[in-house]
Amino acid sequence: MNNTEPEQTDAAQPESPRTIDIVNKGLAKRYGREKRFKMYGFFAVAISLSFLALLFLTIFSNGYSAFYQTYVKLEVFFDPADIDVDDPANSNFPGLVKKTLRSEFPDVKKRKEKKKLYSLVSSGAAFQLQRMIEQQPELVGSTMTIEVPADDDVDMFMKGNISRDVPENERRISDRQLDWIDKWLKEGRIAKRFNTTFFTSGDSREPELAGILGALTGSIFTLALTLLLSFPVGVAAAMYLEEFAPRNRWIDLVEVNINNLAAVPSIVFGLLGLAVFINFFHLPRSAPLVGGLVLTLMTLPVIIIASRASLQSVPPSIREAALGVGASKVQTVLHHVLPLALPGMLTGTIIGIARALGETAPLLMIGMVAFIVDIPKGFTDPATALPVQIFLWADSPERGFVERTSAAIIVLLVLLVVINSLAVILRNRFERRW
Amino acid sequence: MLTRKTKFLLWTLILIFSAGLSQAQARDYISIVGSSTVYPFATVVAEQFGKTTQFKTPKIEATGSGGGLKLFCTGVGIEYPDMTNASRRIKKSEVELCSTNGVKEVVEIKIGYDGIILANSRKAKPFRLSRKEVFWALAKNIPDPGGQQKLIPNPHTRWSDIKPGLPATKIEVLGPPPTSGTRDAFVELVMEEGAKKFDWIKALAKSDKAKFKEIAHTLREDGAFVEAGENDNLIVQKLDVNPAGLGIFGFSFLDQNGDKIQGAFVDGVEPTFEAIAEGEYPVSRPLYLYVKKAHAGVIPGVNEFLNEFTSEKAWGEDGYLADKGMIPMPEEERQAFRTDAQKLNTLNLE
Repeated sequence: MNNTEPEQTDAAQPESPRTIDIVNKGLAKRYGREKRFKMYGFFAVAISLSFLALLFLTIFSNGYSAFYQTYVKLEVFFDPADIDVDDPANSNFPGLVKKTLRSEFPDVKKRKEKKKLYSLVSSGAAFQLQRMIEQQPELVGSTMTIEVPADDDVDMFMKGNISRDVPENERRISDRQLDWIDKWLKEGRIAKRFNTTFFTSGDSREPELAGILGALTGSIFTLALTLLLSFPVGVAAAMYLEEFAPRNRWIDLVEVNINNLAAVPSIVFGLLGLAVFINFFHLPRSAPLVGGLVLTLMTLPVIIIASRASLQSVPPSIREAALGVGASKVQTVLHHVLPLALPGMLTGTIIGIARALGETAPLLMIGMVAFIVDIPKGFTDPATALPVQIFLWADSPERGFVERTSAAIIVLLVLLVVINSLAVILRNRFERRW
Repeated sequence: MLTRKTKFLLWTLILIFSAGLSQAQARDYISIVGSSTVYPFATVVAEQFGKTTQFKTPKIEATGSGGGLKLFCTGVGIEYPDMTNASRRIKKSEVELCSTNGVKEVVEIKIGYDGIILANSRKAKPFRLSRKEVFWALAKNIPDPGGQQKLIPNPHTRWSDIKPGLPATKIEVLGPPPTSGTRDAFVELVMEEGAKKFDWIKALAKSDKAKFKEIAHTLREDGAFVEAGENDNLIVQKLDVNPAGLGIFGFSFLDQNGDKIQGAFVDGVEPTFEAIAEGEYPVSRPLYLYVKKAHAGVIPGVNEFLNEFTSEKAWGEDGYLADKGMIPMPEEERQAFRTDAQKLNTLNLE
């Protein structure tokens, strides 16, 4: 029928072009348009990728050096006169470190110079020696070569962040200190090696002693609680709303509210947590317990929405078949619908948890933005979280914290990549498409 | 199957909650809140204290001076903080709030001083400014130069517009937002003092306080003053790439970044450690620690922590706090506050 129409017009107006000619004429333009459209899409992806690459590049180039730390080898004589084996905590270990440094450079006599000499080595050196004696009291009286962390200024110098060329009064390392470092360099006694402290200790105000283990443990406790609470509650809520709830105005209202909650700024949940959990229930401040509860409230709507979507994607034929062979409503849902929807629910949960991992705003209100040195051992010990640690370090004046901030960001990014790829793997392996 | 799992979950929840509640009945670490200016100093003491004694390391939150005092004054009991840091003295209203909530005995310890620095990049020449010139450059409305007693919108765009000797670069000052204690202190110590150099405004300070504050506290919004956020490291970085800019921050950031930035001379005095300690540099403020007397002896380690804080090796002239950039008090003042700390002498605001 379509053929007849052009013929008619042809007959009526012999000059008018044939359809195929019109199509051919516009073809180049249409191809061009298609090509351009593809190009726009490609550029959009390229731009976002290049921003991402820029972000990664700056963070990695700032942060990789924090995984190395400068150590100095010292010849320590554990003088029995200084050390009380029965009570190492009250022995004068800082004095022992100072004595060792003085014996190293006997020509240093003036008080001011001595102070400069002592500041080459981290204040953590004394605690390191103290721990050694606590573990092996038999070392007292012997001489040992021990690697102790260098001060953060020395570390910054070794990493090239403090230049030799600027005038002496502008840099934090004096000419005299440079001479001492040069001597150590010549003897091969000062060197950079892998920074284990960064992964094995809690926060510190000395960059060379600061680590992320405390914040990481805090994050793990908080997120474990969040997962434990939000997954069962979220799935149960989604199941009820999707499978059992009557269709009426109240349920519509609940639905609208859940969707709204998912978009509420996270600080609001922090304020809620402060008012309810801390001020009303008197749960302890700064504890992963309260942090977990607050983050549960925050991720719950996300999980409910994702779970409902994956329940909806299970085709009605499954339910009808189960009901058809005599299964009850509960049996249908628990034995047939839920297992099929579970991979989607898990993916949603993991994405919700990944978001919770990066949150600082709600934690601010409940006191988890704090200086905490001891590594938390339970849900009620004071703790911080990884993003909070990043925030605190970014604000510290010491230059050593600049690279440690980036290093902590790298750790957080690696965790996020792992969690999100877990979600992708789960989806690819278990999700069924209908 | 599933019912057993739900039961298990319920029991774990109950356990967690009961653990939380039992925890609330005993706290074995000191809890400190307060100023983010004092935070870098108080944390050093806390860390030393935790490492050298049998006590747990105190927990320190940076809530800001006002927020800290509010939390501190909420009540007596282990769920409330034991101490709060402040970069200003406690206000009368706060003392009243404290006593209505049962916090009647508060020990006040001044711990040292902090200098507020105007600094620019080392790539440019150091600034030499008077406080009047800073007011002249940053106030939103300035007195009519014609001599009449009225205000005109600030017309200055370059430093050289203010005084011929100053550089002919655009006025661009990066500073903290109004929520910051550094901003409060800057406005009070620089802008108010600068404004008082005009006689009729000085007279206003006595007759119409609100009007005076409006003149002195309102900073320009046309790009000459830029609110650069609470992160002082960011200001240092921005100054490094923009040699014409000037930044406002605490002394410890100048101390750490001496190869990148230099302090401006204010009223002819260079902001060095010594000049601030001697009181010659005009823009410095005291830092305080407030302690609940009722918590001493209840929370383990309160007295010992105060001992550590007020020891010469911490806040003395060669102490580790001075290494971190805090300006120590003179000898006699340290003596006086050490006695206050040891005897827990309570504050008496008249």
